[in-house]
Parts: sequence; C-alpha cells; structure tokens
Amino acid sequence: MHEITLSVRNEVGLHARPAALFVKKANKFKSNIDVENLSCGSPKVDAKSILSLLTAGIECNHKIRVRAEGEDEEKAINALKELVDSNFGED
Amino acid sequence: MRNLKGIPASKGIAIGTSFVYQPEKPKIEEWKVKNTRTEIKRFQIAVEKSKEQISKIYAKSKEEVGEDTARIFEAHLLFLDDPALLEKIKNGIKEKKLNAEASVAKAVEEFTVIFENMSDEYMRARAADVQDVGQRIVRNLLGLTEKSLDKLTFPSIIIAKDLTPSETAQMKKSFVLGFCTAAGGITSHTAIMARMLEIPAIVGLGEEILYVKSGQRLVVDGKEGNVIIDPSKELVAEYQKCQQKLKALRKETLALTQIPAMTRDGHQVEVVANIGDVNSAKIALEYGAEGVGLLRTEFLYLDRNSPPSEEEQYTAYKAIADIMGQRPLIIRTLDIGGDKKLPYFDFGEELNPFLGWRAIRFCLDHVDLFRKQLRAILRASKDRNVKIMFPMIADVDEIRRAKKILNEVKAELKKLGILFADDIEVGIMVETPAAAMAIDILSEEVDFFSIGTNDLIQYTMACDRTNEKVTYLYQILHPAILRLVNNIIKTAHNNDKWVGMCGEMAGEPLAIPILLGFGLDEFSMNPAAVPKAKEIIRSISLEEAKKFVSSIMDLKNVEKIQQRAKEIIVEKMGKNYMQF
Repeated sequence: MHEITLSVRNEVGLHARPAALFVKKANKFKSNIDVENLSCGSPKVDAKSILSLLTAGIECNHKIRVRAEGEDEEKAINALKELVDSNFGED
Repeated sequence: MRNLKGIPASKGIAIGTSFVYQPEKPKIEEWKVKNTRTEIKRFQIAVEKSKEQISKIYAKSKEEVGEDTARIFEAHLLFLDDPALLEKIKNGIKEKKLNAEASVAKAVEEFTVIFENMSDEYMRARAADVQDVGQRIVRNLLGLTEKSLDKLTFPSIIIAKDLTPSETAQMKKSFVLGFCTAAGGITSHTAIMARMLEIPAIVGLGEEILYVKSGQRLVVDGKEGNVIIDPSKELVAEYQKCQQKLKALRKETLALTQIPAMTRDGHQVEVVANIGDVNSAKIALEYGAEGVGLLRTEFLYLDRNSPPSEEEQYTAYKAIADIMGQRPLIIRTLDIGGDKKLPYFDFGEELNPFLGWRAIRFCLDHVDLFRKQLRAILRASKDRNVKIMFPMIADVDEIRRAKKILNEVKAELKKLGILFADDIEVGIMVETPAAAMAIDILSEEVDFFSIGTNDLIQYTMACDRTNEKVTYLYQILHPAILRLVNNIIKTAHNNDKWVGMCGEMAGEPLAIPILLGFGLDEFSMNPAAVPKAKEIIRSISLEEAKKFVSSIMDLKNVEKIQQRAKEIIVEKMGKNYMQF
C-alpha cells in the first residue's frame, strides 16, 4: 500500500473541473484508491467516483490523504500528487 | 401590480409575457423483478443511451456557450461512469429485486440528500445535476422522450420551479427573454448559462412565482433581482428606457469584438467561426466572427431515419448564407463515418473506423447522396460568398473525383437554368499526414486549405484522443505538430494558396502567436473563443510573432514550448489573463 498527504491549494478545491480531472486520473490505474479529507474528518471515499469525491467537501487549503493499493499503486500516487501539486494546471 | 424579490443571477432587463414551464416528472412505480440479470442489462442499455444524449448536448453547448460552461456535461458523463452510483443501483436490483426505475430513483435520492445537506452553496447546487442525470436514465428506461423547451413558439420569460442543465442547454435561446425560477442559487447551471448567454435571470424566488400564469405581463430586473407582475404602463416605460441604455452599452462592448483582427504592425488575418446550425451562425456574428471557416453539415443528417432532401439542405444552407451576407461561408461536405454513424446506412463492422470508410471516402461511394448535397450547396452560393470544402483527403485523385462530380452537377444546374456562383472556391481539409506532406501536389487542384488539427494530431501522433491511456500524446504544441503545421503553411504559400485552420488549435490562446508567426491566413474556432483570439492577435506584432516562432522551433519538448507560449501571452495580455 502507498499513501501520501497532500494540501489542496487551488482556488475552488476538489470541485467542478479539478474533481473531474482527479477522478479521470484515478481511473487510469488498476489499484484501489481512496481519499480522506483530513481537514474535516469525513469518511474515506473512492477516488474513482466523482459523486463520492464531491461529498468529501474538499476545499482550498484542506489536507487530504490519498491511499492506493494494487499493482500500480506507486504510479497512481505519484500521478495524483503531481496533479494536486500543479494546482490542476490552474496557474 | 405585484413585486417579488429573488436572487439576481444574471443582469439585464426583460419585458414580456410569461411562459410557465412545468415538466412532468416521469412517474416511477416500484415492483419486484424476477430476472435481475435482464433488469441490470436493461439498466445498462439506458445508461449507454443517456451517454449518447449527453454527449450531443455537450457538443451543442460547447458551441453556444464555450468549453468552460459546457463542462458541466462532462461531469454528467462522469456520473454515468461513477462506480459508487452504478453499484448502488445494481445492488438495489440484485439484492432488493427492485425494478431499474425504482433503484435509480432511490440511489439518486440518496446522493441528492447528501448534497443538499452540505454547507457549501456550490455543492448544494450539484444535487440538481445528479437529479438531471437520474431523470434521464429513468426516461430512457421508460422509453419517454425529453420534453425540452425547444418547443417555444414566441419570445417569452420562462418561469419554472427549477431548470436542469440539459433543459437550459436545449431550449431555443432566441425565444428566451429571461428566466425566473423558484429554486436555485447563483451557481446553478441555469444561472451560469444565463450569464454566458446574457439573458436576464432571477433565481430563488420561492414558490410564489409559480402562481404566475402563462401569458401574464412581467418585468424582470436581473440586476436587482426584482420581478414585477402585471406592471403599470408607467413602470414599463421606465424600464424600457433603462433597457435602451443597457443596449447602447452592450453595443459598445460588442463593437470592440467587431474590430478587425489586425496585428500591431498592420497585418490582418481573418477570424471566423466553426458552426453547426443556423442558430450558431447568428451567435458567431455577435461574438465578432468575420464569417464561417467551417460549417459542419452533419446536423442535417443525424437523428433521423433517411437522408435529408436537396430542398431541405438548400433551405438550411441558404438561411446561413443569408445571415453571413458577403462574409465567407465555408461549407464542408458530409463528414460521416469514424465515430459518427447514420442509422440509414450500413457501415459494416470496421476494425479501425477512424482509418476506415468515412468522409470523402464514403461520399465518393455514395454518389447520389453526394450530388444532392453539392446541388444544394451550389444553389445556396448564388450571390453569396460560399466555398466548398472536402474532408479527409489523402490522395490527389480523391479531389479530382470529387471535382468531377461537382462539375457534372454544375453542368446539370446550368442546363436547368438554375443560378449559382460558377467561380465557387474549392478547398480541402488537411487532416491526414498524407495531405500535409503533399501540399505542393494538392495545390494544383484546390483554391485553399484548412488544417483540421483534431484529426491531424490524432493521425500524426498515432493516438486516439478518446483513449485516456494515450491522450498524453495529444499535444497541440508538440514539436512534431508545430513543424508539420509550419510546413503546410509555407508550402501552400509557395504555391499561392491561402491557408486556414479549423481545428481546436486555432482558438487555443497559447497557439495563436505561433500560428500568426507561421503566417496562417484564417483562424476558425468556436464562436465563444473569437473575442479572446482577436484580442490576442491585436496585442502582438507580426514581427514579434515571427521572432517568437524562430526562438521556439528548436525546443525539444512540449513543456518548454508551453512555458514560452504562456510567457508571451502574459507579456502581451497581462498576468491576470492566464486563467486557464
């Protein structure tokens, strides 16, 4: 299992377009991936489900923990880290 | 006279009569199913059908309101692939033996409740999105057609409890004077679309607005959030004055987009629009497009059971040509096949549809169909600036064969005494690498070229842009693509032909300085992208663009080129401009 804690810095948080990008990226991997919003202590959600991810209410400056388990877990974590760190290409 | 106050969602003043829109929600009955496997299959078919419908709405909205606003439908498509939603529904069928309709309704309700209870206003608005998608699946399960607002017969102010994104996207915009909804917030899709379309809108008016009857006089003040029901004459006169003032102001703003696309050192290029029907032709002109660089004619052929008649096509082309007046209108002949099939033609099974029987290849094998279209286009060309463009050319012989048919059709029309523009320009789309590499040969047969980057990039990089595993290769600023495009333009110019571009690259802000530097003559894009593109072109000189191009052509990777392209846009347009 691989996991990482990330800070969401883009303006709208994991809503709308960034949420869609995140889910699309997660779906590229075979591993099971989940996301936990550490800033408001919501339950773990499936990173491959846009509806679940939206319900996690991840906003700007929230910390999230992303966990992946499966054959490509390391790649998945790296790819998602890159996406979040790049602020979803917003700047 | 009565006054209601709501949340101002889109400014402007509308004065007119009301149209109360009450969509019937499909009635959902619940029963126990015996064969859960067939029920799941039935559900899956409905999901696929919903995907097709939403893809169409997505494409239409992109044209009308631009990529950004239309993206909501991308999210809707993701909902239909959402494992949490799909599992919930399938489990309802499998374990509780629910019929698919009831299971969908239950799952949607669960998500709706979660969203409605969230603290963030934006998230609460997403409840409407889930319901929209859920209702679509249910309608498809029940075999019901969508009752959308495209049936409006005269300009009205729409009153509704709430409007779903797909209802808003599908309504006939020219008949909508304003929106008043009982529910909704300023981030609801109706509100966003209304702002994009510059239609006055008030949301969150409460149940009271629903007591208004169709046909009542209303004044909608979108800036203040006021609706006046049965206004006095004096009040209407006052608002009319206000409306006039706003119109004058809007004219000034739009006038800016109507300024020609001329670089700082006086080099003028053409900025035109890609359109797909009559409605978008008008919108294109409002956005400052100087004509049409690509009219997709597929809209006449899709969603029906037999091909359109010559007369029907003529009427549609003529309507668009009349809107364009003396501005150029490039009509692309039927581009079908690939991922777009017609129910009334058997395309057979193809292993590689994108490399298969499509566009000009298909038309040259269906000469009757092709002739009908060419006749309709020629007839619409009379006294207008119409040009013909053939798609998917790979070999010079295809142009010769297409032109031979065109000349036969011309001779027929002459014989019948039907008038048309005899000197009509004929061009081709450059979207196969073969055409891109043989511009000198093809130049002998055509008057112009238009680069279709969407397909050209797919074919050049050998990557299917719908396959997420390889989309990383789909890069408009890839060195290979830049070299190829540069080469096309240079060779065409050496052979005295003008070159346009009608793929997404032409409207991409980062690509515009580069294309200018290459010497592109015509930029064709979605109407909503026109104002931005013109602004960028006016901010730079041709000299600078050329220098910029020579400084990036040796860069070896895409990221570096993107970086440099961003820098020049920021330098010319200011830092706040880079919001993408």
